[in-house]
Amino acid sequence: MSKISIRNAVKKYGDTTVIPDLSLEIGDGELFTLLGPSGCGKTTLLRMIAGFNSIEGGDIHFNDTRINDIDPSKRNIGMVFQNYAIFPHLSVRDNVSFGLKNRKTDKQKLKEETDKYLNLMQIMQYADRMPNQLSGGQQQRIALARALVITPDVLLMDEPLSNLDAKLRLEMRSVIRHTQKSVGITTVYVTHDQEEAMAISDKIAVMKDGVVQHIGTPRDIYQRPENVFVATFIGRTNIVPAQTVRGAVCFSDGYQEKIPALEGIEDQPVLCSIRPEEFVICKSGTEGIRGKVKEFTYLGLNTHYYIDTDEGTVEIIEESSIEDELKEGQTVLLKVKKEKINVFDQSGSVNLVRSGAYEKQQ
Amino acid sequence: MKNNNKFRLDIWGVITLVIILLYLVFMIYPMGYLIVQSVIDGETGQFTMENFAKFFSKSYYSDTLLNSFKVSIAATICALLIGTPLAYLFSAFRIRGKAVLSILIVIASMSAPFIGAYSWILLLGRSGVITSFFRDIGIAIPDIYGFGGIVMVMTLQLFPLVFLYARGALKNIDHSLLEASKNLGCSGIKCFLKVVVPLIMPTLLAAALLVFMRSFADFGTPMLIGEGFRTFPVILYTEFINEVGGNDGFAAAIAVIAIVITTIVFLAQKYVSNRKSFALNALHPMEEKEAKGGVKLMIHIFAYLVVGIAIMPQCYVIYTSFKNVEGKVFAPGYSLGSYEEAFNKMGKSIQNTILIPLLALVVIILLAILIAYLAVRRRNMLTNTVDVLSMIPYIVPGTVLGIALLLGFNKPPVLISGTMLIMVIALVIRRLPYTIRSSVANLQQIPMSIEEAAISLGASKMKAFFRITVPMMAAGIISGAILSWVTMISELSTAIILYTGNTKTLTIAVYTEVIRGNYGTAAALSTILTALTVLSLLVFNRLNGGKEMSL
Repeated sequence: MSKISIRNAVKKYGDTTVIPDLSLEIGDGELFTLLGPSGCGKTTLLRMIAGFNSIEGGDIHFNDTRINDIDPSKRNIGMVFQNYAIFPHLSVRDNVSFGLKNRKTDKQKLKEETDKYLNLMQIMQYADRMPNQLSGGQQQRIALARALVITPDVLLMDEPLSNLDAKLRLEMRSVIRHTQKSVGITTVYVTHDQEEAMAISDKIAVMKDGVVQHIGTPRDIYQRPENVFVATFIGRTNIVPAQTVRGAVCFSDGYQEKIPALEGIEDQPVLCSIRPEEFVICKSGTEGIRGKVKEFTYLGLNTHYYIDTDEGTVEIIEESSIEDELKEGQTVLLKVKKEKINVFDQSGSVNLVRSGAYEKQQ
Repeated sequence: MKNNNKFRLDIWGVITLVIILLYLVFMIYPMGYLIVQSVIDGETGQFTMENFAKFFSKSYYSDTLLNSFKVSIAATICALLIGTPLAYLFSAFRIRGKAVLSILIVIASMSAPFIGAYSWILLLGRSGVITSFFRDIGIAIPDIYGFGGIVMVMTLQLFPLVFLYARGALKNIDHSLLEASKNLGCSGIKCFLKVVVPLIMPTLLAAALLVFMRSFADFGTPMLIGEGFRTFPVILYTEFINEVGGNDGFAAAIAVIAIVITTIVFLAQKYVSNRKSFALNALHPMEEKEAKGGVKLMIHIFAYLVVGIAIMPQCYVIYTSFKNVEGKVFAPGYSLGSYEEAFNKMGKSIQNTILIPLLALVVIILLAILIAYLAVRRRNMLTNTVDVLSMIPYIVPGTVLGIALLLGFNKPPVLISGTMLIMVIALVIRRLPYTIRSSVANLQQIPMSIEEAAISLGASKMKAFFRITVPMMAAGIISGAILSWVTMISELSTAIILYTGNTKTLTIAVYTEVIRGNYGTAAALSTILTALTVLSLLVFNRLNGGKEMSL
């Protein structure tokens, strides 16, 4: 078991810098997810930890051991590949015991350990089959058993679920989560699927262009994103321009809400991130952003609305009500749930609601 | 991916350097020496263009160049005209006995070229069986000797290559493409010409290059039935044999001209096919249909006729090998006399035919795997060099390579002419590019992550390679190796330059027996060779899991 610390890591391919300067800490036993759009450098970083990518600068430590120059075969890492990388010419059992054989484990122990993980992953009944006779989900289980049986310090998973169909994906997601918790192994997990990341992770690092945008728990990342990119990448949101005046956010049409965290902040133009469920639609009244219903979709539990305002079209989700929903073309007033919305400075890079006090509480 | 694009002196770096060194010693040095010889005056040691001037100023020599072009182009066109439609018919229609016909075509393509030539002499030569038969009923048919004969023999020998290439490409054409074509009002022969042929054009061009190179470099066929019609390899061989011990310069100059020409053709083909290439991938391959009535009859006649003619020389040689022989002529009655004679005379050559290619095969497989790995997984300047070096033998005719090796290694420091080693080296150099290509294709199918998985589980680089990658490549390597083996046991054009009494192989024995007119022994020997070939192909089919052969 290890904690991983990465300090000032740099990755270059020739003259192109893929990761300029990246630091992060991964706690012992944590399931840590690298999340980001494709090409953001998440797989590159994972392969740097694994030793398949060279490191052009900075240090990576497992506990107190610097691993930069240790050969990949000596790092004691378990890795699950996107295409599983099951050896097709070896039986399921031989695949799983491959790593133990390389470690010259004695026969008795080798069988015990192999059986333990075949059982844990529920593939004991396929032990003597060849991998090509097995389904994607089963191959995934082999890959996981093979990576875990060597009791690695760190488990690395590179988009392990992306080759599975939707149903299996959900199933394997919980298999991975449960196995990781019961083995208690520090895990780095790469995915571009934010729902998967939310469901599985202890902590998430959202990356873009080789730079970590936000590290936090799934809840923290969703509720208090560090910047506009994170707010828009995780879940859906509306970005509405506004102005702060003495600790209150003023929208167009004179609508304003007082937000305690903004107190003492200089008056400035801001960008508000308001998620679809953070609006409240009022059919009457005098306060609110004026809007006109453009279209709506009734989905049973919820109803989705698109509403035109002076600042553009916003997307709103409300629980469906029993009486008649709004009509297209109807004028409405929009209020926001002020305790939930996020306010960014005009460049979108600082969340003004994340006060020092909030940071400490995290 | 790990930064593999920079050269590092790890185990793979060392292997790269060793391979480059081997190529430098055994290929670049003799070829370079050959080129130097061609522009050096043998007596004075001065630079001279005399040899080239001599070649181009005397039509006795320069005509052979023209002849070779005529023969090769004609043979290439004929092979395409027969091979392509045959492949299409095989893919598009049900033909009775198709499996057997396919195997016969493969056998026809795999036999030594000049055995075909020699057999056609027995059939269509001046006193050939067919010629005599028609002469007796008063019809004079054109004889086999000269331009027409060479083209015919080469076409029959080489159309199977086009057939096999085209069959492979047709498998990748999606049926819906043909249905779309029909739906738009283009069917039958028009669809074949407008849709099918353009789709497989890149493959046809590749096949055409191979056919051209083979017929351009073929030495045995024109030697046996060319008579007055002399081609380039023939003059190269005769000049070299005449000149050994004297001035090698002229033969070297002819060899250099040969290389220049094949290089130009090679580059031209690459240029054209690069502009015409596109990826095809069939979800639903073409379906075989049952043809109706007259069409069905025509298809069957065409298929059986072509295959029949292609396989006829083989059959006739096998037949004559069992005939009685008196002196040098066939006599009525049958016996195993020719075989007795063959084994008495040529016991050693049978042994050589097994041993030399086998040694070569071991080296080829080892080198091909290593070079393929370097080319796919370790792209850098040096491995690119290896890649380019390994392709050179593609464009060097066998006779030329033989001469280069002999000139380069018949004196100290490296005196290996006349040994078995030089024969092995020649085979390795000639056959390596093909095995490398198939190994590269094979390796590209194997994702890098498989090897990384092994390494992350604690295996060393070498262990990961030999325990994981090589076993995964094994099936492809073995089937490639057998095809190499089959071509190597029937190799003539290099061996004819390099052999001595001790290193004579079956093909050379057949050749010398034919030249001496011992047709019985020649027939027996070539039957043994054919049996070896067929046996190897059967093993190939077995290992290849009954899949059809593709080149």
